[in-house]
Amino acid sequence: MPNTVLILVLLGLMAVAYQLARKRSLGVVGGGAGVRKLHSLPSYYGFYAAIWCGLPALIVFGLWNAFQSTIITDLMVADLPAEVRSLGQAELGLVVNDIRNLAEGNITSGEVSPEMRAAADHYLSLEQTSAAALAVVVLSLAVLGTGLAWRLVSPKFRARNQVEFVVKGLLIISSTIAIFTTIGIVLSVLFEAIRFFEMIPFTEFVFGLDWSPQMAIREDQVGSSGAFGAIPLFAGTLLISFIAMVVAVQIGLMSAIFLSEYAGKKMRAFAKPVLEVLAGIPTVVYGFFAALTVAPFIRDNGSLIGLDVSSESALAAGLVMGIMIIPFISSLSDDVINAVPQAMRDASYGVGATQSETIRQVIIPAALPGIVGGVLLAVSRAIGETMIVVMAAGLSANMTANPLQSVTTVTVQIVTLLVGDQEFDSPKTLAAFALGLMLFVVTLALNVIALHVVRKYREQYE
Amino acid sequence: MSNQNQTEKRAIDLVNASLKKRYAKERRFRHVGQAAVIMGLLFVSFLFISIIGNGYTAFEHTFVRLNIEFSEQEIDPEGKRDPQALSTANYAGLVKAAMRAEFPDVKARKDKRALYKLISSGASLALREMVLANPEIIGTKKEVWLVADDDIDMLIKGHIDRNVPESDRRVSDKVIGWVEQFESKGAVEKQFNTTFFTNGDSREPELAGIGGAVMGSLYMLLVTLALSFPIGVAAAVYLEEFAPQNRWTDLIEVNINNLAAVPSIVFGLLGLAMFINFFGLPRSAPLVGGLVLTLMTLPTIIIASRAALKSVPPSIREAALGIGASKMQMVFNHVLPLAMPGMLTGTIIGMAQALGESAPLLMIGMVAFIVDIPGGPFDPATVLPVQVYLWADSPERAFVERTSAAIMVLLGFLFIMNFLAIILRRRFERRW
Amino acid sequence: MDTATAVDEMGGDMSQTVATEGAFDHEKASQAFVGKVGEIAVDNPRMTARKVNVYYGEKHAIQDVNLDIGKNEVISMIGPSGCGKSTFLRCLNRMNDTIDICRVAGEIKLDGQDVYDKKLDVVPLRAQVGMVFQKPNPFPKSIYDNIAYGPKIHGLVSNKADLDEVVESSLRRAGLWSEVKDYLDQPGTGLSGGQQQRLCIARTIAVSPEVILMDEPCSALDPIATAKIEELIDELRENYTIAIVTHSMQQAARVSQRTAYFHLGKLIEVGNTDDIFTNPSHKLTEDYITGRFG
Repeated sequence: MPNTVLILVLLGLMAVAYQLARKRSLGVVGGGAGVRKLHSLPSYYGFYAAIWCGLPALIVFGLWNAFQSTIITDLMVADLPAEVRSLGQAELGLVVNDIRNLAEGNITSGEVSPEMRAAADHYLSLEQTSAAALAVVVLSLAVLGTGLAWRLVSPKFRARNQVEFVVKGLLIISSTIAIFTTIGIVLSVLFEAIRFFEMIPFTEFVFGLDWSPQMAIREDQVGSSGAFGAIPLFAGTLLISFIAMVVAVQIGLMSAIFLSEYAGKKMRAFAKPVLEVLAGIPTVVYGFFAALTVAPFIRDNGSLIGLDVSSESALAAGLVMGIMIIPFISSLSDDVINAVPQAMRDASYGVGATQSETIRQVIIPAALPGIVGGVLLAVSRAIGETMIVVMAAGLSANMTANPLQSVTTVTVQIVTLLVGDQEFDSPKTLAAFALGLMLFVVTLALNVIALHVVRKYREQYE
Repeated sequence: MSNQNQTEKRAIDLVNASLKKRYAKERRFRHVGQAAVIMGLLFVSFLFISIIGNGYTAFEHTFVRLNIEFSEQEIDPEGKRDPQALSTANYAGLVKAAMRAEFPDVKARKDKRALYKLISSGASLALREMVLANPEIIGTKKEVWLVADDDIDMLIKGHIDRNVPESDRRVSDKVIGWVEQFESKGAVEKQFNTTFFTNGDSREPELAGIGGAVMGSLYMLLVTLALSFPIGVAAAVYLEEFAPQNRWTDLIEVNINNLAAVPSIVFGLLGLAMFINFFGLPRSAPLVGGLVLTLMTLPTIIIASRAALKSVPPSIREAALGIGASKMQMVFNHVLPLAMPGMLTGTIIGMAQALGESAPLLMIGMVAFIVDIPGGPFDPATVLPVQVYLWADSPERAFVERTSAAIMVLLGFLFIMNFLAIILRRRFERRW
Repeated sequence: MDTATAVDEMGGDMSQTVATEGAFDHEKASQAFVGKVGEIAVDNPRMTARKVNVYYGEKHAIQDVNLDIGKNEVISMIGPSGCGKSTFLRCLNRMNDTIDICRVAGEIKLDGQDVYDKKLDVVPLRAQVGMVFQKPNPFPKSIYDNIAYGPKIHGLVSNKADLDEVVESSLRRAGLWSEVKDYLDQPGTGLSGGQQQRLCIARTIAVSPEVILMDEPCSALDPIATAKIEELIDELRENYTIAIVTHSMQQAARVSQRTAYFHLGKLIEVGNTDDIFTNPSHKLTEDYITGRFG
């Protein structure tokens, strides 16, 4: 029985269970007039039965599906001829893949041997058995659950409390997903990163000055020894983020100040939403803009005045990233500036300060912690930004502070290492996870600090 | 007394003396602010002008009119009208024949090959459709508008300059001559480009469309919505209405706030390691994309939903509890309906975020070159922003145009979603 | 309208208003109340206000107020909440400019110069007419920087030594020097409420104003801190003209030479403090002073 049909049948059973229990609850108190004798409304008895019918069955269904393919594959591999089983992990994976493709009626990569045909048949039969077993188990659990709930229906039975207990449980589980996501992120990058550090020493990765992740496929290949020194990537990331922050902080902060302190109502009503449009534009659009319009523009103008500008210059990527971050900085600064109490402004105007003196010497210093928090959040965003740099920054790991040259970043390397053909367990692939771990740790630290600073700032004026 | 008066006078004189300089500073500061705003606005307009300017032409495509002879000999020599035979017939031959008839004096093999390349390879498919739909056409002669090759399209739209020396352009003088011959007969025309909306990806720009990517985005958003909305609302309800104030809830809260700022590519790594490598879900499937984006958009939805719940005044809760409702009944019958518009607004904004996201999807294999339009969340697919990324890498000028047009479509969707969110907020915003 | 009837009962002369009547004939409606309020003018005025009207959007917050503030006097303004006394005070150095919907009509002169003149610059005006606010509002900077802010922006000092001197003398005059001289680099926000308010007074003094406006400077302070501020006001009278808005009639009686009573946006009565408190000539003033309302 296909899974969708099984789920539909299960939903049907739940509806039946609901009706049965509801009817029975009314029945035991002698029809609609006796509802007051029931502890809970009849529908709660219905929900209670539906939960007993559906929940255990769904849990089994979910677990079964999560582990089915691994278990079946293991069973199949165990029955493969010994010489196949003794193959390396990578080759074995290919064989297993072929067998699976064969079983599903797809095209396989090579000749179909009788052993493979047998294995595929075995695989198919295992799958069928599993599906049948699953259907039987799920449906009988549903019926058993309904029976149990049906027996429990009585006027004294606190169906509502039971139902609410389950609902509350579901709410709690939903709220913990955030924690599981974090754990999931940590585990998924950590395990692979540890495997990477088993091959490449941590110190070489963090302090190495040379990054060329191409590994030699043949022994005699030239110039691809594979070096994993991440410093050039960090330097490139910092360079581009720095350019972006220079653009974004100046324009974002100054336009926030101008719009909140100087601009007239009409100007504000027009300019604010227009600037906020920048926040809603997907990063891939910025990437396209950077690669197609800004980079050639900078290169052409640079060559006009005799500068040698790379067509994938850090300046283009940084500039466009800065544009992307402008609304982020300006709306955060706007909040923060408005949170400075009017009393501060009054005090300053009261001694005869001009508007700009008040802004520069009173409001900005007072708002500084909040602004710094916002800038830190923006830095974490710039460091983690991917599409703009993938599309507009280069791939070669240069150590340079010259914004006209091409540099590469951590996120660019993660993408290039993981997109396309992957060989698992090679340091090249695993390096992406090590970079991901670095990225996660750094941005997490920035976020924690920034959120803390911003919260402290808000509390100060509340 | 008089001494005091004198110092007072001195003070105000000093103040007056400094005024000119101070006002100059004031003006400068103001101008800097103004310049910042203008720069920002310029960036916005520059961005839009560059994209629309590059992309608006992609909504039209050049067609060439050819006199096609649907010769029975070529299509159906046995005359049985067997659909199998009809669909495998050599339609490209028909196009070639028509071209030869059009330019009888082109003899050299090389020139002929160049001549055939005027018409897109997709033209034969169009002819096949025509024949399959109406087999009676066989044996007749008919004027048909066929899709031109992308280079010809670029030439007609003026993206390839005819005045540039021949060696510097993709189209030779000879080809331009043929095109001009067509033009003089009125056999070249720009028509609305339906292929762009209905087709999947293709290596040939004139046959490439966003149909597949739009469907992929749609399936992915459906998965994201189906998961993130109920989970997000449930989490917000628990945290706002039921959760005790303790370390555990604090931890959850810190986690949510931090996840909202974790780089999206890290979610991609999670998706790759967890969903694909560990759980063995299919690569490139909208399902996996939806799962990853669910985790990404959850913080947005939870934060917005909590704000919506907070804005429901406590008096409503007290009123419900006061007439003997259980806490659960109070939440689900009274608080939740009142908070729903705010939650929906947050969800739409989260969905808009998901629609524009591409970095994590690169990690889970949605960058594959996929021609077929996906039929469900398990089929390999790509999504609109990733399609933009893929096309942006292609060197052909025609792809630049299509990339920009795809961006315009993407921005159009995002605009509609944000507009909906604003309407929803305006319509249902209550001031308590 | 018991205000109107009460004013009518009073009688009194209209001489002070005659001079300015022509200029503001668009506000004839409220003229009936003008000029029956006692000694508006003084011999030696520093600031003069004539026919001042203030609007907050639609709301008519102040109606036809005429009042002089004499040199080296402390004038206190009393009245129930919302009577417009703070609004009037804020008009005197155009602090109301910072409120968008606020509109001021009438004539306010400082040493004969109209402060609402279009050509007049508010920056030197506020340097001349300083203000102390209801809630102490030190900047989130050090004590030293709080005081130095005014002299620095106005260019009153040319070097660090002069600045140190201004800071010290201002703090001394505000009676705060001995308490804070060792903590000048500590943030001003760390002081107690009373100290903060004296810091704000010192900050105002530091720009050598001619007039100091105080908007309920003690309302957020405890009695001991209040006593210190009152003492300070009395000392400052020697060098400055002070206008103080207060909620406390005892405070008005203790610190001021003249007192003005405001009611619902109108100036009801003004005169020597002793006269106002011992022998108010107006029924409303009497009711307020004796505690029947307010």
